[in-house]
Amino acid sequence: MNFKEIIPQKLKEKFPELDIEVSDFRNDLTLKFDKKFIRDVSFFLKEDEELQFNFCEDVTAIDWAVRKNRFTVVYHIFSMKHNFRLRLKCDVDESDLTIDTVSSVWKTANWLERETYDMYGVKFNNHPDLRRMYMPEEFEYHPLRKDFPLMGIPGSLSLPRK
Amino acid sequence: MERIQLPDDVHPKIIQALLDMETDIKIEDVLDNEMILNMGPQHPATHGVLRLVLRLDGETVMACVPELGYLHRGYEKMAENMSYYEFIPHTDRLDYIAPMSNNVAWVLAVEKLAGIEAPPRAQYIRMMIAELARMASHLVAIGSLAMDVGALTIFLWTLREREKILDVWDILCGARFTNSYTRIGGVANDAQPEALAKVKWFIDQYEENIEEVEKLINTNRIFVDRMDGVGVISKEDAIQIGFTGPNLRASGAAFDLRRATPYLFYNEIDFEVPTYTQGDCLARYFLRVDETRESAKIIRQVLDKMPRGETILNSPKKVLPHKSEIYSSMEELIHDFMIVNFGINPPVGESYHAIENPKGELGFYFVSKGEGHPWKCKIRSPSMVNIQAIPLLVKGQMISDVVAIVGSIDPIMGEADK
Amino acid sequence: MGLEAKLKQEGFFATKLDAIIAWSRKNSVWPMPMGISCCAIEMMAVGDPKYDIARFGSEVMRFTPRQCDLMIVAGTVTYKMSHVVKKIYDQMPDPKWVIAMGACTSSGGMYRSYSVVQGIDQFLPVDIYLAGCPPRPDNLLNALIQIQEKIGRTKASDFQNKPLPELNVIQNN
Repeated sequence: MNFKEIIPQKLKEKFPELDIEVSDFRNDLTLKFDKKFIRDVSFFLKEDEELQFNFCEDVTAIDWAVRKNRFTVVYHIFSMKHNFRLRLKCDVDESDLTIDTVSSVWKTANWLERETYDMYGVKFNNHPDLRRMYMPEEFEYHPLRKDFPLMGIPGSLSLPRK
Repeated sequence: MERIQLPDDVHPKIIQALLDMETDIKIEDVLDNEMILNMGPQHPATHGVLRLVLRLDGETVMACVPELGYLHRGYEKMAENMSYYEFIPHTDRLDYIAPMSNNVAWVLAVEKLAGIEAPPRAQYIRMMIAELARMASHLVAIGSLAMDVGALTIFLWTLREREKILDVWDILCGARFTNSYTRIGGVANDAQPEALAKVKWFIDQYEENIEEVEKLINTNRIFVDRMDGVGVISKEDAIQIGFTGPNLRASGAAFDLRRATPYLFYNEIDFEVPTYTQGDCLARYFLRVDETRESAKIIRQVLDKMPRGETILNSPKKVLPHKSEIYSSMEELIHDFMIVNFGINPPVGESYHAIENPKGELGFYFVSKGEGHPWKCKIRSPSMVNIQAIPLLVKGQMISDVVAIVGSIDPIMGEADK
Repeated sequence: MGLEAKLKQEGFFATKLDAIIAWSRKNSVWPMPMGISCCAIEMMAVGDPKYDIARFGSEVMRFTPRQCDLMIVAGTVTYKMSHVVKKIYDQMPDPKWVIAMGACTSSGGMYRSYSVVQGIDQFLPVDIYLAGCPPRPDNLLNALIQIQEKIGRTKASDFQNKPLPELNVIQNN
């Protein structure tokens, strides 16, 4: 099945106001669209009879370090029926650092979104349990942002006395 | 100014999450004394530094909140600051029980991004070491699961088998463990005849040793009763929660990345993908033993089919040249200098590649801006997603079952915490 | 021990008693494996039949700190984990020794990042630093033999009247 044509076509039929950017690099199909559609598109991709993207592999974010649309949230989903992998991307601007959660569609995304929140600070709306994942709760920064230094900020993490 | 504080008390947010969790366990004789128990990061049975905060009613677990992050070393941030070659030793320390497998995953992902491919002999060698890594990892998993449940002898026997694999790696590349053997474009050095002979000897004597282990515990009443029907997960739940690898195959979904998206030369090798349908701890244990047998079969075929040839690609802009040529020829010296200082400079773009690690699906996602170091590198670690299922599996079980469940899922914290 | 307290001078009997006590302490060092990451696997390998540690007197690796005298910190210690390591070190009874196994515990190792403690001697007193990533099991046995020699040189009066440690005090850095 030629997914590279079928998927954008089906999405255009279902969501007429959706504006998708399709790209194909190294044999990976990528779709980029506005962030307010993410939950509906994910639900459609999962429940559709023909497509059945029932497995969410990864959720992460990219920090471009530019003023406009600083972050991009990236989802990798997989269809076990057709052995096909798809990538979805949504831009998030720093002024409104929220996006809808997809953990109601795929439960895997629960902890992956928590990790993205911990590392980048992107908040997910309606997430059941948005806490930090790796850093201690008292930590105030988000480590993987480009303005956080590699060696950390002195005084942000505590050590026991010798 | 000093402040006295108990730094590793359970954080209030975790208590809140624990009390909020839905629990639909009905107990006939409610003891009315719920308590919160901390199976802390330092515990003999938690396979590394995993903290489980349990809410108990007597001995039955009502809810569980795992806490990770005790081994978070900042891999992804470091990867943005070093070139693709420099990160290869770091990938060893991700899943530190099967280090060769992570090396293979990294170089395959970088080669996909850069658009190059290693020569056939290197690919066969990579397949052989990846399968040896799978056997080593499953041996430790079986051994520590048996040890957690109480059968201490099995641990010593499986570690003895694993020592033989470590001897093979010692001959092959000089390090027993955390060997950064693969390189972008091939492998570091050719497989010596002694190493291949030792691999053949190991495979030949492996079958009877694993049978000894099986004879000891497969029909043992205590072992079977402790694991049968414990930690059951259905196929749909397993796919939803994100299980991959042996945990998924023990629940009935015959999904293996070596078959679904073949890489290296797996489509030319004849092997089966064992699957069980019960989805409990005993099925996961049986599956791992069967997988080691399949790996032995794969290695036997790889040894027969291995072609002659070079083991590293001859592509001067992307692959480090050989040391002897650097010292004698000008061009190679310049290329070596450029690659070591500036990196291999793959084209602008992004790519994701995943392989079948012994624990599940290990994937690397790169975003490249054309420089020698990645702009972003994400490690999709199987253990982190596998641990997500623990709250689901331990509901309604006893505390001692928690130990068996964690052992059968086989998480490795180096990978889960990155 | 009342007998030692009475024999504070360096007489023949006192030194012989010290030698006997040191000999018995060094030949039954029970390690407490603080296994955190990859070095823990090499520590497990020290316990397996090929590099047997039981023949050196470390018959059991007790996982409870109350019964051990040697803590082998094996693996990268992060800031989050450092409080746990210190808490367990405080729970060990005197006399106690610490081996910092591997490069990560000695100096932060290959992890120069925001969350790794660059050397556990920032919050623990260390007796032996072991190099390697991970150090081979033979290397760990060498460290154990050196600790045994160090214990063999101690006197029993070294461990009396020590001040109690202050618990759970945070450094401000």
